[in-house]
Amino acid sequence: MSTGTESDFVYFLYDLATYLLNGITQGSVYALVALGYTMVYGIIKLINFAHGEFYMIGAFIGFFCIRSGMPLWMAFPCAMIGSGMVAVIIERIVYRPIRYAGRIPALITALGTSLFFQYFGQNTLGADPKAFPKVTDFENKTYQFGELFVSTNQIVIISTTFILMVFLYWLVNHTRTGKAMRATSFDKNAAELMGIDTNKIISFTFFVGASLAGAAGVLVGMYYNTVEPMMGLIPGLKAFVAAVLGGIGIIPGAVLGGLVLGIAENLVVGFWVSTYRDAIAFGILILILLLKPAGLLGKNRKEKV
Amino acid sequence: MSDPLLQIKDLHVHYGAIHAIHGINLNVQEGEIVTILGSNGAGKTTTLHTISGLLKPSSGEILFDGKPIHKMEANKIVAEGVAQSPEGRMVFPDLTISENLDMGAFLRRDKEGIEKDREYMCQLFPKLKERAKQLAGTLSGGEQQMLAIARAYMANPKLLLLDEPSLGIAPILVQAIFDAVVEINKKGTTILLVEQNAFAALKIAHRAYVLTTGEIGMEGPAKELLENEEIQKAYLGH
Ligand SMILES: Nc1ncnc2c1ncn2[C@@H]1O[C@H](COP(=O)(O)OP(=O)(O)O)[C@@H](O)[C@H]1O
Ligand SMILES: [Mg+2]
Repeated sequence: MSTGTESDFVYFLYDLATYLLNGITQGSVYALVALGYTMVYGIIKLINFAHGEFYMIGAFIGFFCIRSGMPLWMAFPCAMIGSGMVAVIIERIVYRPIRYAGRIPALITALGTSLFFQYFGQNTLGADPKAFPKVTDFENKTYQFGELFVSTNQIVIISTTFILMVFLYWLVNHTRTGKAMRATSFDKNAAELMGIDTNKIISFTFFVGASLAGAAGVLVGMYYNTVEPMMGLIPGLKAFVAAVLGGIGIIPGAVLGGLVLGIAENLVVGFWVSTYRDAIAFGILILILLLKPAGLLGKNRKEKV
Repeated sequence: MSDPLLQIKDLHVHYGAIHAIHGINLNVQEGEIVTILGSNGAGKTTTLHTISGLLKPSSGEILFDGKPIHKMEANKIVAEGVAQSPEGRMVFPDLTISENLDMGAFLRRDKEGIEKDREYMCQLFPKLKERAKQLAGTLSGGEQQMLAIARAYMANPKLLLLDEPSLGIAPILVQAIFDAVVEINKKGTTILLVEQNAFAALKIAHRAYVLTTGEIGMEGPAKELLENEEIQKAYLGH
């Protein structure tokens, strides 16, 4: 009987719990961003590589609101609505005119839009990271459970994400607009024949997706205490991976993909090596796509004739 | 005769360089069942898509209730009173049957009217009631066709467009579906029915047009076309 191995085991459990908690926190953020990727893909089959920029825009709107003295509970919806509106404008003036031009032009346009926002941000706001102002509503405390530390920020991120997802679930499954979104993503012509204005539904989908990304941006700004114009790049790519991982176009898939990715990254970094953090996402992606090409929740549907 | 409910005047439709409809003229009077017959590729679906606004004509006019609709968006044409059950049914597979019917009534606000029409469709197609909570994707082809017709009816249209309701469906169900179409028409909905199954269509229609590679080759009362030798040879397998 050795107490040494027992306490080793207890520490292992605390480590595991810490990595899981960090993974869920980070995974929540990936999931929020991935939802917009997957919703936009579901409705117009566009991989919107500019989606990460809505996350950056949300973070900056939150930054300016809070700096001007707004409490978080007001700054947060402002950031969501603001990034949603930017997305609606982008859809209207950039994506809609090329909607039927084919996939490659759409992809290039999305990349161009992404670069535009990154460089526009660097020009107007400066390329240097900015310290995210302290929110006035609450203090970021740390709670200790044995050797597990939980911060208020983590609780805010996880619970806000949860609330937004419940809201999204209700919106998509139980409202008239949600049904119209599902109808439009199945077939635009069939939806139009119901009297659904599919252009409006597509705008609305961009709005919802970008406002979720904007929410994630504010949460991350608070969590890491900085915002900068390039901050959307890596999380945008990771969220894309999360969406594909879960099965692109499938809403619960984005949530699952985000969580799996966040947890896997933190476990690998925690127990093994940290140098490959960003490569892990793509490693997992390649692995899952080899085993299950349509993603974790994807059905390998036969194409309709 | 009063003004037709639907009036198509010298309609031309192109897909890029492909000239699919070459100047057709067609009328539907209120209360009629009119059928457009024609073999695969004749331009039947193109015609219905253009009426519904999914395609825009390169020239010509479409008047509904005397009002030009050929420049309107598809979703606005539904509001005018034209609903369509499209070719291949296109029911929303991930929505329940009940939700599919909700989608048909998307623009309506009259709760009582909607419920009445839903009841009526469930009485006409009892399967829809039994399976209300089931996903539409789980239905058989024939049941999906019934759902597609019921869904279009839920818009409470003045004119119901049906694109090949007999396509790929068991003969027994075809009969049931055509009986239901007659029922719906007797209740007051005008019907424009597109079919390759000329025999079944001519039996229930008042008048018919025969479409051949984008042009109307023949038209007349359905009874006369049923007797017509050319038609019998070409479409009825006599
Ligand atoms: N999306 C399309 N693009 C190009 N040509 C088309 C398209 N849809 C139909 N056509 C052509 O238009 C003609 C009429 O087709 P369609 O209206 O579908 O005929 P039908 O419904 O009578 O079978 C056919 O020659 C067909 O090849
Ligand atoms: Mg056809």
